[in-house]
Amino acid sequence: MRKAEIVTAVILGILSLCIMWKSGEAPSWDPSVARFDNIGLIEGEGPGSGFWPFWLSFIMFLCCIWIGINWFRGTSTPSQSNEPFLDAHGQRMLMVVGGGLIGFLIVIYVLGFYGAIPLFLIYYMRFLGGHTWKLTTTISVGMTVFCFFFFDIAMRIVLPKGYLEPLFIPLYEIFL
Amino acid sequence: MDILISLLDGIMVALQPINLGLAVLGVVVGLFVGAMPGLGSVNGVAILLPFTFVIQSITGGATSPMIFLAAIYYGAMYGGAISSITLGIPGASTAVSTTFDGRPMALSGRAHIALVAAALASFVGGTIANVMFTGFAPLLAAVALSFGDPEVFALMLMAFATFIGLGGDDIPKTIFSICIGLVLATVGFDIVSGEPRLIFFDITGFSHGIRFLVLAIGVYGIGEMLWTINTNRHGTSMTQVDVSARSIIEAIKEFRHAKRGTLIGSFLGFFVGILPAAGATPGALMAYGVAKLTSKDQSSFGKGNVNGIAAPEAANNSASTGAMLPMMTLGIPGSPTTAVLLAGMVIWGLQPGPLLFTNQPDFVWPLIGSFYVSNVIAVLVNLAFIPVFLWMLRMPFTILAPMIFVLSLVGTYAAYLDMFDVSLMVLVGIAAFFLRILDYPVAPAVLAIVLGPIAEPKLRQSLLFSDGDFSIFFTRPIAGPITMIALILIFLPLIKFVKNKITAKKT
Repeated sequence: MRKAEIVTAVILGILSLCIMWKSGEAPSWDPSVARFDNIGLIEGEGPGSGFWPFWLSFIMFLCCIWIGINWFRGTSTPSQSNEPFLDAHGQRMLMVVGGGLIGFLIVIYVLGFYGAIPLFLIYYMRFLGGHTWKLTTTISVGMTVFCFFFFDIAMRIVLPKGYLEPLFIPLYEIFL
Repeated sequence: MDILISLLDGIMVALQPINLGLAVLGVVVGLFVGAMPGLGSVNGVAILLPFTFVIQSITGGATSPMIFLAAIYYGAMYGGAISSITLGIPGASTAVSTTFDGRPMALSGRAHIALVAAALASFVGGTIANVMFTGFAPLLAAVALSFGDPEVFALMLMAFATFIGLGGDDIPKTIFSICIGLVLATVGFDIVSGEPRLIFFDITGFSHGIRFLVLAIGVYGIGEMLWTINTNRHGTSMTQVDVSARSIIEAIKEFRHAKRGTLIGSFLGFFVGILPAAGATPGALMAYGVAKLTSKDQSSFGKGNVNGIAAPEAANNSASTGAMLPMMTLGIPGSPTTAVLLAGMVIWGLQPGPLLFTNQPDFVWPLIGSFYVSNVIAVLVNLAFIPVFLWMLRMPFTILAPMIFVLSLVGTYAAYLDMFDVSLMVLVGIAAFFLRILDYPVAPAVLAIVLGPIAEPKLRQSLLFSDGDFSIFFTRPIAGPITMIALILIFLPLIKFVKNKITAKKT
């Protein structure tokens, strides 16, 4: 945990510096404005467009240094902890659940929501949860059917369908 | 008298079939969400916010969606006690202190008394808070009408300062959390100059800004769920509860012993709830502490004293109503859940703040009326359906978690019809999970994301008005004291640190 604390502080510190740099960006349509011209007070206009994000990210950067000092002095809870940032269970959980979520997201782009929802529910409930096929199938099919009728039919919010789009045309003809 | 007439009108609107139905549904959902370990009112409200667009499109106004969400909030406060008592795991952080005496009571075969005491104390706490809300809200709104830009910005500064001074989390991490929330709220186009800001890697998805729901659902729908799955790794055993009519009547009679705790919780909870950064969790803990300290039988606390359940349960309900007060009258939320509610109001086209009472009485009074109605519904549903909730608590997390993940992704897409937002939401959720492990508080970031788009224009307009002179925040009669209080709160940890050093040196 101690190592993770300082690594995260460094990453967030770099992120803060990047935001400071980005905040000072001048609009591309006005070449007369130089970088960081917008982070202060502009005569007759008040604070520039970069004022608020720049100084906030500067405070973020100072906080990262402060977190680093606390880490060095061992005053924050994670900096005193010898426990791993993620133990074996945590790593496995992140792999199977977090990975599953990202997989779910990727499948949405390919098969749309109505292909991805049952696949994700089967993956989670059957293979991670160890539930029976009967229960898994009932919930995954039920959830998918509910979403279709609720969003696409009742609310006319058309969810992406990816390569499965042609399969839904007959359904639209029946229900819409 | 005007207030009373407006309130009665509001209650009549809240009792219309559609609104009553939504209140019942919201309470049931809230009770379930609150009872499930790892889920709280904020998760329920955030995940279901996109679905309120459906309600709005059917009813054509913002009142019904808000009644639905407020009912979830109410129900969740009641529900937290169910798992605290029967499982020994708080359903939500607001019910942590209910576990102290609730669990020992359950283990000694008095779970039914504990559950009924929690429900009745919540009802009394909610009712007292509603009466105080009705009295205070119009007065506070009338005062707040005289607020200009510097005053509003000073108030927002104070809201953030409360997190730093009184939040109890790691200070640099809290400040970081506030600032990152405010920065993320600036992504998109600057509304004053029209210049693009923080369009990372020129991704067009950022040009419309990072939407509030993407962050709220990412943090509370994905991040919190991952955190719960990671932390709740051991199975739990549920205590058997006698839910016969005779035992419930016996438990209602027993409630007379919990009067003191209920009253302490009801009043203390309301005032703690008003404070930004405080909310229901510290309110409940404080009420428990005060009830114990002022008791003649302190040694029985922690071993199954019914006042130890009544005080925190009355307080968390009362505080949840209290947290609505600054949200509706000043436009400043007192808790993450009210931050989501505030964002909902903005999405539905309302402008929270003092003018809400003047310009939107058709929204305000039915909502306040619905607080009373939801409170009655919540206690009735809670008492009547205790066996159902006990059955639902047996639902394995491996069924609930994937369904919440699916709802989070579908809900985010349905709200904005943009797959970029869905992808960003998942990434935000995973990032929030990592930050949570390292003790970075997420609640200040959520509040900052909501308040950022209001705070920045107020600051800029104030500085434009004063020609860039920051003393405008100190010299005006209302803004000055508020800014000073905010600064004291910001420097409070430093003052405490120096004081401790001096004391340590002396000893």
